[in-house]
Amino acid sequence: MSEIITAKNLTKVYGKTIAVSGISFSINKGECYGFLGPNGAGKTTTMKMIHCFSPMTAGKLTVTEMDVRREQRKIKAIMGVVPQEENLDPDLKVLKNLIVYARYFDIPLKTAEERAIELLNFLQLKDKMNSKIGELSGGMKRRLLIARSLINNPKILILDEPTTGLDPQARHLIWQRLRLLKKNGITMILTTHYMEEASQLCDRVAIIDKGKILTEGEPKKLVADNIGTEVVEIRLEDENQGAILEQLSEFNFNYERAGDTLYLFSNNGKELLHSIVDVKHTQLLHRPATLEDLFLKLTGRGLRE
Amino acid sequence: MKLMTIFKIPDISWRAYRVWQRNRDSYMRFYKANLLGNLGEPLMYLFGMGIGIGSYLGLIEGVSYMEFIAPGLIMGVAMYSASFECTFGAFTRMAEQKTYDGILATPLNVGDLVAGEILWGATKSLIGGSVMLFVIYLAGLMKTSILMLLPMLLLIFIIGLLFSSLAMTFTALCPSYDFFNYFFTLILAPMFFFSGIFFPLSNFPEWIKTASKFMPLTYAVNISRSLLSNMAYSSLILSTLILIVFTVIFSILSVNLIEKRIVK
Repeated sequence: MSEIITAKNLTKVYGKTIAVSGISFSINKGECYGFLGPNGAGKTTTMKMIHCFSPMTAGKLTVTEMDVRREQRKIKAIMGVVPQEENLDPDLKVLKNLIVYARYFDIPLKTAEERAIELLNFLQLKDKMNSKIGELSGGMKRRLLIARSLINNPKILILDEPTTGLDPQARHLIWQRLRLLKKNGITMILTTHYMEEASQLCDRVAIIDKGKILTEGEPKKLVADNIGTEVVEIRLEDENQGAILEQLSEFNFNYERAGDTLYLFSNNGKELLHSIVDVKHTQLLHRPATLEDLFLKLTGRGLRE
Repeated sequence: MKLMTIFKIPDISWRAYRVWQRNRDSYMRFYKANLLGNLGEPLMYLFGMGIGIGSYLGLIEGVSYMEFIAPGLIMGVAMYSASFECTFGAFTRMAEQKTYDGILATPLNVGDLVAGEILWGATKSLIGGSVMLFVIYLAGLMKTSILMLLPMLLLIFIIGLLFSSLAMTFTALCPSYDFFNYFFTLILAPMFFFSGIFFPLSNFPEWIKTASKFMPLTYAVNISRSLLSNMAYSSLILSTLILIVFTVIFSILSVNLIEKRIVK
Protein backbone atom coordinates (compact mmCIF):
# COMPACT_ATOMS: atom_id res chain seq x y z
CA MET A 1 0.00 0.00 0.00
CA SER A 2 1.21 3.47 -0.80
CA GLU A 3 1.42 6.23 1.74
CA ILE A 4 -0.78 9.24 1.04
CA ILE A 5 0.05 11.28 4.15
CA THR A 6 3.33 11.18 6.01
CA ALA A 7 4.19 13.09 9.17
CA LYS A 8 7.61 13.13 10.78
CA ASN A 9 8.18 14.81 14.14
CA LEU A 10 5.17 17.00 13.49
CA THR A 11 5.01 19.72 16.13
CA LYS A 12 2.63 22.56 16.88
CA VAL A 13 3.19 25.16 19.55
CA TYR A 14 0.66 27.87 20.43
CA GLY A 15 2.44 30.52 22.44
CA LYS A 16 3.80 28.43 25.31
CA THR A 17 1.43 25.48 24.91
CA ILE A 18 2.70 22.46 23.03
CA ALA A 19 -0.41 21.13 21.29
CA VAL A 20 1.30 18.49 19.17
CA SER A 21 4.65 17.24 20.33
CA GLY A 22 6.74 15.68 17.57
CA ILE A 23 4.41 12.95 16.34
CA SER A 24 5.14 10.69 13.38
CA PHE A 25 2.59 8.67 11.50
CA SER A 26 1.74 7.63 7.99
CA ILE A 27 -1.64 7.04 6.42
CA ASN A 28 -2.10 4.68 3.51
CA LYS A 29 -4.12 5.33 0.43
CA GLY A 30 -7.69 4.15 0.81
CA GLU A 31 -7.61 3.47 4.53
CA CYS A 32 -9.61 5.05 7.32
CA TYR A 33 -7.31 6.33 10.02
CA GLY A 34 -8.64 7.53 13.35
CA PHE A 35 -7.21 9.91 15.92
CA LEU A 36 -8.60 9.18 19.36
CA GLY A 37 -7.85 11.21 22.41
CA PRO A 38 -9.40 13.21 25.23
CA ASN A 39 -10.22 16.89 24.81
CA GLY A 40 -7.10 18.93 24.20
CA ALA A 41 -5.03 15.91 23.14
CA GLY A 42 -4.07 17.52 19.83
CA LYS A 43 -6.46 15.72 17.46
CA THR A 44 -8.04 18.76 15.85
CA THR A 45 -4.71 20.59 15.67
CA THR A 46 -3.22 17.64 13.80
CA MET A 47 -6.16 17.60 11.40
CA LYS A 48 -5.86 21.34 10.83
CA MET A 49 -2.20 20.98 9.95
CA ILE A 50 -3.07 18.25 7.45
CA HIS A 51 -5.66 20.37 5.68
CA CYS A 52 -3.31 23.35 5.60
CA PHE A 53 -5.34 25.57 7.91
CA SER A 54 -2.87 25.66 10.75
CA PRO A 55 0.82 26.12 9.93
CA MET A 56 3.08 23.63 11.70
CA THR A 57 5.79 24.77 14.05
CA ALA A 58 8.32 22.06 13.20
CA GLY A 59 8.69 18.70 11.51
CA LYS A 60 7.67 17.46 8.12
CA LEU A 61 4.23 16.79 6.74
CA THR A 62 3.46 15.72 3.20
CA VAL A 63 0.16 14.98 1.50
CA THR A 64 0.49 12.98 -1.74
CA GLU A 65 4.16 13.91 -1.58
CA MET A 66 3.37 17.63 -1.53
CA ASP A 67 4.72 19.73 1.32
CA VAL A 68 1.92 21.36 3.33
CA ARG A 69 4.04 24.46 3.74
CA ARG A 70 4.41 25.03 0.04
CA GLU A 71 1.59 23.52 -1.97
CA GLN A 72 -1.42 24.47 0.07
CA ARG A 73 -3.74 25.30 -2.79
CA LYS A 74 -3.00 22.01 -4.56
CA ILE A 75 -3.42 20.00 -1.38
CA LYS A 76 -6.68 21.70 -0.47
CA ALA A 77 -7.97 21.04 -3.98
CA ILE A 78 -7.89 17.26 -3.42
CA MET A 79 -9.27 17.37 0.11
CA GLY A 80 -12.69 17.45 1.67
CA VAL A 81 -13.08 18.81 5.19
CA VAL A 82 -15.93 18.19 7.62
CA PRO A 83 -15.17 20.58 10.47
CA GLN A 84 -16.05 20.05 14.08
CA GLU A 85 -17.76 23.41 14.24
CA GLU A 86 -20.57 23.79 11.71
CA ASN A 87 -19.71 26.52 9.23
CA LEU A 88 -22.32 26.27 6.49
CA ASP A 89 -23.09 29.53 4.78
CA PRO A 90 -26.32 30.75 6.45
CA ASP A 91 -26.80 33.43 3.79
CA LEU A 92 -27.37 30.77 1.14
CA LYS A 93 -29.93 28.00 0.84
CA VAL A 94 -29.01 24.32 0.94
CA LEU A 95 -28.41 23.71 -2.78
CA LYS A 96 -26.78 27.10 -3.22
CA ASN A 97 -24.38 26.29 -0.38
CA LEU A 98 -23.04 23.38 -2.41
CA ILE A 99 -22.93 25.28 -5.69
CA VAL A 100 -21.11 28.27 -4.21
CA TYR A 101 -18.69 25.90 -2.50
CA ALA A 102 -18.07 24.11 -5.80
CA ARG A 103 -17.19 27.47 -7.31
CA TYR A 104 -14.33 27.89 -4.81
CA PHE A 105 -12.90 24.74 -6.39
CA ASP A 106 -13.42 26.17 -9.85
CA ILE A 107 -15.95 23.50 -10.79
CA PRO A 108 -18.10 24.55 -13.79
CA LEU A 109 -21.68 25.44 -12.87
CA LYS A 110 -23.32 22.58 -14.75
CA THR A 111 -21.08 19.94 -13.22
CA ALA A 112 -21.54 21.56 -9.82
CA GLU A 113 -25.32 21.42 -10.08
CA GLU A 114 -25.33 17.76 -11.11
CA ARG A 115 -22.89 16.82 -8.41
CA ALA A 116 -24.76 18.82 -5.76
CA ILE A 117 -28.04 17.04 -6.51
CA GLU A 118 -26.26 13.69 -6.54
CA LEU A 119 -24.73 14.41 -3.13
CA LEU A 120 -27.99 15.65 -1.65
CA ASN A 121 -29.52 12.35 -2.73
CA PHE A 122 -26.62 10.40 -1.30
CA LEU A 123 -27.08 12.04 2.11
CA GLN A 124 -30.87 12.00 1.97
CA LEU A 125 -31.26 15.77 1.86
CA LYS A 126 -32.93 16.19 -1.51
CA ASP A 127 -36.21 17.36 0.05
CA LYS A 128 -34.35 20.12 1.82
CA MET A 129 -32.74 21.45 -1.35
CA ASN A 130 -34.46 24.84 -1.08
CA SER A 131 -34.46 25.15 2.69
CA LYS A 132 -32.59 27.76 4.63
CA ILE A 133 -29.68 26.55 6.72
CA GLY A 134 -31.39 27.82 9.86
CA GLU A 135 -34.29 25.44 9.26
CA LEU A 136 -32.12 22.31 9.31
CA SER A 137 -31.69 20.04 12.34
CA GLY A 138 -28.26 19.28 13.73
CA GLY A 139 -28.14 15.95 11.91
CA MET A 140 -29.12 17.52 8.60
CA LYS A 141 -26.48 20.21 8.96
CA ARG A 142 -23.86 17.57 9.58
CA ARG A 143 -24.98 15.60 6.55
CA LEU A 144 -24.88 18.76 4.46
CA LEU A 145 -21.35 19.42 5.69
CA ILE A 146 -20.41 15.95 4.51
CA ALA A 147 -22.09 16.56 1.16
CA ARG A 148 -20.21 19.85 0.89
CA SER A 149 -16.90 18.17 1.69
CA LEU A 150 -17.46 15.77 -1.22
CA ILE A 151 -18.31 18.40 -3.83
CA ASN A 152 -14.76 18.41 -5.28
CA ASN A 153 -14.49 14.59 -5.48
CA PRO A 154 -11.75 14.60 -2.85
CA LYS A 155 -9.05 11.95 -2.59
CA ILE A 156 -8.80 12.56 1.13
CA LEU A 157 -11.65 13.25 3.51
CA ILE A 158 -11.02 14.91 6.86
CA LEU A 159 -13.74 14.23 9.43
CA ASP A 160 -13.43 16.08 12.72
CA GLU A 161 -15.97 14.49 15.06
CA PRO A 162 -18.50 13.85 12.30
CA THR A 163 -21.28 12.51 14.53
CA THR A 164 -20.86 14.36 17.83
CA GLY A 165 -24.23 15.36 19.22
CA LEU A 166 -26.32 13.43 16.68
CA ASP A 167 -29.12 10.96 17.35
CA PRO A 168 -28.47 7.25 16.67
CA GLN A 169 -30.42 7.32 13.39
CA ALA A 170 -28.34 10.13 11.96
CA ARG A 171 -25.16 8.56 13.27
CA HIS A 172 -25.83 5.20 11.66
CA LEU A 173 -26.75 6.80 8.36
CA ILE A 174 -23.49 8.73 8.38
CA TRP A 175 -21.54 5.57 9.20
CA GLN A 176 -23.14 3.74 6.28
CA ARG A 177 -22.34 6.54 3.91
CA LEU A 178 -18.76 6.81 5.09
CA ARG A 179 -18.27 3.07 4.61
CA LEU A 180 -19.58 3.41 1.06
CA LEU A 181 -17.15 6.23 0.40
CA LYS A 182 -14.31 4.13 1.72
CA LYS A 183 -15.29 1.34 -0.67
CA ASN A 184 -14.98 3.85 -3.47
CA GLY A 185 -11.39 4.41 -2.46
CA ILE A 186 -11.45 7.68 -0.50
CA THR A 187 -8.83 7.94 2.20
CA MET A 188 -10.45 9.07 5.44
CA ILE A 189 -8.98 10.64 8.52
CA LEU A 190 -11.30 10.82 11.46
CA THR A 191 -11.33 12.09 15.00
CA THR A 192 -14.00 11.00 17.39
CA HIS A 193 -14.86 10.59 21.04
CA TYR A 194 -16.99 7.57 20.27
CA MET A 195 -14.94 4.42 20.47
CA GLU A 196 -17.69 2.51 18.76
CA GLU A 197 -17.45 4.86 15.82
CA ALA A 198 -13.72 4.28 15.57
CA SER A 199 -14.23 0.50 15.73
CA GLN A 200 -16.93 0.67 13.09
CA LEU A 201 -15.00 2.79 10.63
CA CYS A 202 -11.27 2.79 11.21
CA ASP A 203 -8.70 0.37 9.81
CA ARG A 204 -6.14 1.84 12.15
CA VAL A 205 -6.30 4.22 15.05
CA ALA A 206 -3.79 6.30 16.94
CA ILE A 207 -4.58 7.04 20.56
CA ILE A 208 -3.09 10.39 21.40
CA ASP A 209 -2.85 12.38 24.58
CA LYS A 210 -1.00 15.57 25.49
CA GLY A 211 0.24 15.91 21.93
CA LYS A 212 1.87 12.46 21.76
CA ILE A 213 0.83 9.19 20.15
CA LEU A 214 0.46 6.59 22.90
CA THR A 215 -0.26 3.65 20.64
CA GLU A 216 -1.22 2.96 17.08
CA GLY A 217 -2.64 -0.02 15.21
CA GLU A 218 -5.71 -1.99 14.18
CA PRO A 219 -8.44 -1.48 16.78
CA LYS A 220 -9.13 -5.18 17.41
CA LYS A 221 -5.51 -6.11 17.66
CA LEU A 222 -4.73 -3.20 19.95
CA VAL A 223 -7.49 -4.21 22.31
CA ALA A 224 -6.53 -7.90 22.28
CA ASP A 225 -2.86 -7.13 22.89
CA ASN A 226 -3.34 -4.60 25.64
CA ILE A 227 -6.59 -5.52 27.35
CA GLY A 228 -7.58 -9.07 26.45
CA THR A 229 -10.72 -10.18 24.73
CA GLU A 230 -13.19 -10.02 27.56
CA VAL A 231 -14.11 -7.86 30.49
CA VAL A 232 -16.11 -8.54 33.62
CA GLU A 233 -17.46 -5.52 35.47
CA ILE A 234 -18.47 -5.86 39.09
CA ARG A 235 -20.35 -3.06 40.80
CA LEU A 236 -19.22 -2.63 44.39
CA GLU A 237 -21.54 -1.77 47.26
CA ASP A 238 -20.30 -0.34 50.53
CA GLU A 239 -21.11 -3.47 52.51
CA ASN A 240 -19.54 -6.04 50.21
CA GLN A 241 -16.49 -4.36 48.79
CA GLY A 242 -14.09 -5.48 51.48
CA ALA A 243 -15.00 -9.12 50.97
CA ILE A 244 -14.86 -8.92 47.19
CA LEU A 245 -11.49 -7.24 47.10
CA GLU A 246 -10.11 -9.81 49.48
CA GLN A 247 -11.38 -12.72 47.40
CA LEU A 248 -10.09 -11.23 44.20
CA SER A 249 -6.60 -10.79 45.52
CA GLU A 250 -6.30 -14.59 45.39
CA PHE A 251 -6.66 -14.66 41.62
CA ASN A 252 -4.04 -13.51 39.20
CA PHE A 253 -6.27 -11.56 36.84
CA ASN A 254 -5.59 -8.06 35.76
CA TYR A 255 -8.12 -5.86 37.38
CA GLU A 256 -8.66 -2.18 37.77
CA ARG A 257 -10.86 -0.25 40.15
CA ALA A 258 -12.58 2.97 39.18
CA GLY A 259 -14.95 4.45 41.72
CA ASP A 260 -17.64 1.92 42.44
CA THR A 261 -16.72 -0.50 39.67
CA LEU A 262 -14.13 -3.24 39.29
CA TYR A 263 -12.96 -4.15 35.80
CA LEU A 264 -11.48 -7.63 35.34
CA PHE A 265 -9.65 -8.27 32.08
CA SER A 266 -9.02 -11.66 30.52
CA ASN A 267 -8.54 -13.59 27.33
CA ASN A 268 -10.67 -16.40 28.66
CA GLY A 269 -13.98 -15.19 29.98
CA LYS A 270 -15.35 -18.58 30.94
CA GLU A 271 -12.36 -19.33 33.12
CA LEU A 272 -12.63 -15.89 34.64
CA LEU A 273 -16.32 -16.23 35.39
CA HIS A 274 -15.82 -19.72 36.71
CA SER A 275 -13.15 -18.68 39.15
CA ILE A 276 -15.11 -15.78 40.56
CA VAL A 277 -18.33 -17.76 40.84
CA ASP A 278 -18.06 -17.68 44.61
CA VAL A 279 -17.53 -13.95 44.79
CA LYS A 280 -20.64 -12.37 46.23
CA HIS A 281 -21.66 -9.51 44.02
CA THR A 282 -24.74 -7.42 43.51
CA GLN A 283 -24.24 -6.59 39.84
CA LEU A 284 -22.04 -8.25 37.28
CA LEU A 285 -21.58 -7.62 33.60
CA HIS A 286 -19.65 -9.85 31.25
CA ARG A 287 -18.85 -8.28 27.89
CA PRO A 288 -16.24 -8.25 25.12
CA ALA A 289 -13.33 -5.88 25.61
CA THR A 290 -13.62 -2.68 23.57
CA LEU A 291 -11.51 0.16 22.37
CA GLU A 292 -12.97 2.22 25.17
CA ASP A 293 -11.30 -0.04 27.75
CA LEU A 294 -7.99 0.49 26.05
CA PHE A 295 -8.61 4.21 25.67
CA LEU A 296 -9.32 4.63 29.38
CA LYS A 297 -6.41 2.44 30.35
CA LEU A 298 -4.01 4.54 28.31
CA THR A 299 -5.36 8.02 28.93
CA GLY A 300 -6.60 7.52 32.47
CA ARG A 301 -9.96 8.24 33.99
CA GLY A 302 -9.30 11.78 35.14
CA LEU A 303 -11.60 14.42 33.67
CA ARG A 304 -10.24 16.71 30.96
CA GLU A 305 -11.52 20.19 30.90
CA MET B 1 10.57 41.45 12.99
CA LYS B 2 7.01 41.46 14.36
CA LEU B 3 6.30 44.69 12.54
CA MET B 4 7.63 43.31 9.28
CA THR B 5 5.18 40.41 9.33
CA ILE B 6 2.18 42.73 9.17
CA PHE B 7 3.63 44.46 6.13
CA LYS B 8 4.64 41.38 4.19
CA ILE B 9 3.40 41.24 0.60
CA PRO B 10 0.29 39.04 0.56
CA ASP B 11 -0.34 36.14 -1.79
CA ILE B 12 -3.47 37.13 -3.71
CA SER B 13 -4.85 35.33 -6.76
CA TRP B 14 -7.78 35.71 -9.15
CA ARG B 15 -9.70 33.44 -6.74
CA ALA B 16 -10.63 36.61 -4.82
CA TYR B 17 -13.34 36.84 -7.46
CA ARG B 18 -14.95 33.69 -5.95
CA VAL B 19 -15.45 35.52 -2.67
CA TRP B 20 -16.84 38.51 -4.54
CA GLN B 21 -19.30 36.17 -6.31
CA ARG B 22 -20.35 34.64 -3.02
CA ASN B 23 -21.11 38.06 -1.56
CA ARG B 24 -22.94 39.14 -4.69
CA ASP B 25 -25.15 36.05 -4.52
CA SER B 26 -25.91 36.81 -0.91
CA TYR B 27 -26.61 40.50 -1.67
CA MET B 28 -28.95 39.75 -4.55
CA ARG B 29 -31.46 38.08 -2.21
CA PHE B 30 -32.40 41.40 -0.63
CA TYR B 31 -31.00 43.95 -3.05
CA LYS B 32 -33.99 46.31 -2.78
CA ALA B 33 -33.73 46.58 0.99
CA ASN B 34 -29.95 46.83 0.73
CA LEU B 35 -30.13 49.64 -1.79
CA LEU B 36 -32.69 51.59 0.18
CA GLY B 37 -30.55 51.30 3.29
CA ASN B 38 -27.59 52.68 1.38
CA LEU B 39 -29.30 55.57 -0.32
CA GLY B 40 -32.14 56.75 1.87
CA GLU B 41 -29.98 58.75 4.20
CA PRO B 42 -27.65 60.50 1.72
CA LEU B 43 -30.58 61.49 -0.50
CA MET B 44 -32.23 63.07 2.51
CA TYR B 45 -28.99 64.91 3.28
CA LEU B 46 -28.80 66.13 -0.27
CA PHE B 47 -32.35 67.40 -0.64
CA GLY B 48 -33.12 68.05 3.02
CA MET B 49 -30.05 70.10 3.74
CA GLY B 50 -29.63 71.28 0.17
CA ILE B 51 -33.07 72.85 0.04
CA GLY B 52 -33.61 73.45 3.76
CA ILE B 53 -30.32 75.09 4.65
CA GLY B 54 -29.57 76.10 1.09
CA SER B 55 -32.50 78.50 1.01
CA TYR B 56 -30.90 80.56 3.82
CA LEU B 57 -27.57 80.67 2.08
CA GLY B 58 -26.38 82.56 -0.91
CA LEU B 59 -23.80 81.11 -3.21
CA ILE B 60 -21.03 79.17 -1.55
CA GLU B 61 -17.74 79.24 -3.46
CA GLY B 62 -19.74 80.34 -6.45
CA VAL B 63 -22.37 77.59 -6.47
CA SER B 64 -25.70 76.82 -4.79
CA TYR B 65 -25.50 74.93 -1.49
CA MET B 66 -27.04 71.80 -2.98
CA GLU B 67 -24.52 71.83 -5.76
CA PHE B 68 -21.79 72.42 -3.21
CA ILE B 69 -22.58 69.39 -1.09
CA ALA B 70 -23.52 66.95 -3.89
CA PRO B 71 -19.98 65.89 -4.94
CA GLY B 72 -18.93 65.30 -1.33
CA LEU B 73 -22.07 63.39 -0.46
CA ILE B 74 -21.29 60.89 -3.20
CA MET B 75 -17.94 60.32 -1.53
CA GLY B 76 -19.72 59.96 1.82
CA VAL B 77 -21.97 57.28 0.36
CA ALA B 78 -18.95 55.47 -1.06
CA MET B 79 -17.18 55.65 2.30
CA TYR B 80 -20.08 54.44 4.39
CA SER B 81 -21.17 51.66 1.99
CA ALA B 82 -17.72 50.10 2.01
CA SER B 83 -17.23 50.66 5.72
CA PHE B 84 -20.48 48.99 6.76
CA GLU B 85 -19.83 46.05 4.48
CA CYS B 86 -16.31 45.44 5.70
CA THR B 87 -17.03 45.93 9.41
CA PHE B 88 -20.42 44.50 10.35
CA GLY B 89 -20.73 42.37 7.22
CA ALA B 90 -17.22 40.98 7.24
CA PHE B 91 -17.13 40.51 11.01
CA THR B 92 -20.35 38.50 10.86
CA ARG B 93 -18.91 36.26 8.18
CA MET B 94 -15.61 35.90 10.02
CA ALA B 95 -16.60 35.54 13.66
CA GLU B 96 -20.29 34.64 13.79
CA GLN B 97 -20.92 32.48 10.76
CA LYS B 98 -17.40 31.06 10.41
CA THR B 99 -17.80 31.49 6.67
CA TYR B 100 -14.08 32.22 6.39
CA ASP B 101 -13.16 28.88 7.93
CA GLY B 102 -15.27 27.12 5.33
CA ILE B 103 -13.74 29.10 2.49
CA LEU B 104 -10.21 28.46 3.72
CA ALA B 105 -10.76 24.70 3.40
CA THR B 106 -10.85 25.22 -0.37
CA PRO B 107 -8.01 26.33 -2.69
CA LEU B 108 -8.55 29.92 -1.54
CA ASN B 109 -6.16 31.44 0.98
CA VAL B 110 -6.45 34.41 3.32
CA GLY B 111 -5.11 36.80 0.67
CA ASP B 112 -7.83 35.80 -1.79
CA LEU B 113 -10.44 35.97 0.92
CA VAL B 114 -9.61 39.47 2.14
CA ALA B 115 -9.05 40.79 -1.39
CA GLY B 116 -12.48 39.41 -2.32
CA GLU B 117 -14.07 41.16 0.65
CA ILE B 118 -12.38 44.45 -0.23
CA LEU B 119 -13.45 44.16 -3.87
CA TRP B 120 -16.98 43.46 -2.74
CA GLY B 121 -16.95 46.42 -0.33
CA ALA B 122 -15.82 48.62 -3.22
CA THR B 123 -18.59 47.19 -5.36
CA LYS B 124 -21.11 48.20 -2.71
CA SER B 125 -19.65 51.71 -2.89
CA LEU B 126 -19.98 51.62 -6.64
CA ILE B 127 -23.62 50.53 -6.42
CA GLY B 128 -24.57 53.22 -3.89
CA GLY B 129 -22.33 55.89 -5.34
CA SER B 130 -23.46 55.44 -8.92
CA VAL B 131 -27.16 55.65 -8.04
CA MET B 132 -26.38 58.80 -6.08
CA LEU B 133 -24.40 60.12 -9.03
CA PHE B 134 -27.30 59.39 -11.35
CA VAL B 135 -29.75 61.26 -9.09
CA ILE B 136 -27.37 64.22 -8.95
CA TYR B 137 -27.03 64.17 -12.70
CA LEU B 138 -30.81 64.11 -13.16
CA ALA B 139 -31.21 66.94 -10.64
CA GLY B 140 -28.95 69.03 -12.86
CA LEU B 141 -26.31 69.38 -10.16
CA MET B 142 -23.54 68.21 -12.44
CA LYS B 143 -22.03 71.15 -14.29
CA THR B 144 -19.26 69.46 -16.24
CA SER B 145 -19.21 67.27 -19.33
CA ILE B 146 -21.06 63.98 -19.15
CA LEU B 147 -17.69 62.36 -19.87
CA MET B 148 -16.73 63.20 -16.29
CA LEU B 149 -19.04 60.41 -15.12
CA LEU B 150 -16.34 57.91 -16.01
CA PRO B 151 -13.57 59.29 -13.79
CA MET B 152 -16.26 59.80 -11.10
CA LEU B 153 -17.11 56.11 -11.13
CA LEU B 154 -13.43 55.28 -10.94
CA LEU B 155 -13.03 57.64 -7.99
CA ILE B 156 -16.01 56.06 -6.22
CA PHE B 157 -14.45 52.64 -6.71
CA ILE B 158 -11.07 53.78 -5.36
CA ILE B 159 -12.74 55.28 -2.30
CA GLY B 160 -14.59 51.97 -1.92
CA LEU B 161 -11.33 50.04 -1.99
CA LEU B 162 -9.74 52.48 0.44
CA PHE B 163 -12.44 52.34 3.07
CA SER B 164 -12.96 48.60 2.62
CA SER B 165 -9.33 47.97 3.36
CA LEU B 166 -9.38 50.39 6.30
CA ALA B 167 -12.52 48.71 7.65
CA MET B 168 -11.07 45.21 7.16
CA THR B 169 -8.00 46.27 9.12
CA PHE B 170 -10.25 47.44 11.91
CA THR B 171 -12.33 44.27 11.72
CA ALA B 172 -9.19 42.18 12.11
CA LEU B 173 -8.45 43.96 15.39
CA CYS B 174 -11.98 44.17 16.82
CA PRO B 175 -12.85 41.77 19.63
CA SER B 176 -16.61 42.30 19.16
CA TYR B 177 -19.24 44.34 17.37
CA ASP B 178 -19.27 46.98 20.11
CA PHE B 179 -15.81 48.15 19.12
CA PHE B 180 -17.05 49.27 15.71
CA ASN B 181 -18.46 52.29 17.54
CA TYR B 182 -14.89 53.57 17.81
CA PHE B 183 -14.45 53.20 14.10
CA PHE B 184 -17.67 54.94 13.17
CA THR B 185 -17.64 57.64 15.84
CA LEU B 186 -13.95 58.42 16.10
CA ILE B 187 -12.77 57.84 12.55
CA LEU B 188 -15.59 58.02 10.03
CA ALA B 189 -17.87 60.65 11.56
CA PRO B 190 -15.09 63.29 11.90
CA MET B 191 -14.11 62.57 8.32
CA PHE B 192 -17.69 62.97 7.17
CA PHE B 193 -17.97 66.36 8.86
CA PHE B 194 -14.48 67.80 8.46
CA SER B 195 -13.49 66.75 4.98
CA GLY B 196 -15.25 69.70 3.38
CA ILE B 197 -18.47 67.98 2.29
CA PHE B 198 -20.84 70.42 3.99
CA PHE B 199 -18.78 73.56 4.31
CA PRO B 200 -15.46 74.91 3.04
CA LEU B 201 -12.66 74.20 5.49
CA SER B 202 -11.19 77.68 5.02
CA ASN B 203 -13.23 79.11 7.90
CA PHE B 204 -11.99 76.57 10.43
CA PRO B 205 -9.15 76.89 12.90
CA GLU B 206 -5.72 75.84 11.73
CA TRP B 207 -5.64 72.55 13.65
CA ILE B 208 -8.77 71.28 11.94
CA LYS B 209 -7.33 72.17 8.58
CA THR B 210 -4.18 70.26 9.49
CA ALA B 211 -6.20 67.30 10.71
CA SER B 212 -8.20 67.24 7.51
CA LYS B 213 -4.98 66.73 5.56
CA PHE B 214 -4.67 63.34 7.22
CA MET B 215 -8.19 62.36 6.22
CA PRO B 216 -8.34 60.56 2.91
CA LEU B 217 -11.92 61.67 2.41
CA THR B 218 -10.77 65.30 2.13
CA TYR B 219 -8.78 64.48 -1.00
CA ALA B 220 -11.70 62.50 -2.41
CA VAL B 221 -14.14 65.38 -1.85
CA ASN B 222 -11.78 67.83 -3.55
CA ILE B 223 -11.32 65.58 -6.56
CA SER B 224 -15.05 64.88 -6.76
CA ARG B 225 -15.88 68.57 -6.63
CA SER B 226 -13.45 69.37 -9.40
CA LEU B 227 -14.90 66.59 -11.55
CA LEU B 228 -18.54 67.59 -11.03
CA SER B 229 -18.55 71.33 -10.43
CA ASN B 230 -15.77 72.75 -12.54
CA MET B 231 -13.96 73.93 -9.43
CA ALA B 232 -10.30 74.27 -10.13
CA TYR B 233 -8.21 71.87 -8.09
CA SER B 234 -4.51 71.96 -8.64
CA SER B 235 -3.38 68.80 -6.90
CA LEU B 236 -5.58 66.30 -8.72
CA ILE B 237 -2.84 63.79 -9.45
CA LEU B 238 -1.17 64.08 -6.09
CA SER B 239 -4.51 63.57 -4.30
CA THR B 240 -5.31 60.50 -6.36
CA LEU B 241 -1.87 59.15 -5.57
CA ILE B 242 -2.42 59.71 -1.86
CA LEU B 243 -5.69 57.75 -2.05
CA ILE B 244 -3.99 54.88 -3.87
CA VAL B 245 -1.09 54.71 -1.43
CA PHE B 246 -3.56 54.65 1.48
CA THR B 247 -5.45 51.82 -0.19
CA VAL B 248 -2.36 49.74 -0.86
CA ILE B 249 -1.04 50.12 2.69
CA PHE B 250 -4.32 49.17 4.35
CA SER B 251 -4.96 46.31 1.94
CA ILE B 252 -1.62 44.76 2.85
CA LEU B 253 -2.22 45.41 6.55
CA SER B 254 -5.70 43.92 6.49
CA VAL B 255 -4.64 40.67 4.81
CA ASN B 256 -1.84 40.13 7.30
CA LEU B 257 -3.92 41.10 10.32
CA ILE B 258 -6.87 38.92 9.32
CA GLU B 259 -4.43 36.07 8.79
CA LYS B 260 -2.97 36.66 12.24
CA ARG B 261 -6.43 36.63 13.70
CA ILE B 262 -7.92 33.51 12.13
CA VAL B 263 -4.97 31.28 11.34
CA LYS B 264 -3.67 29.90 14.58
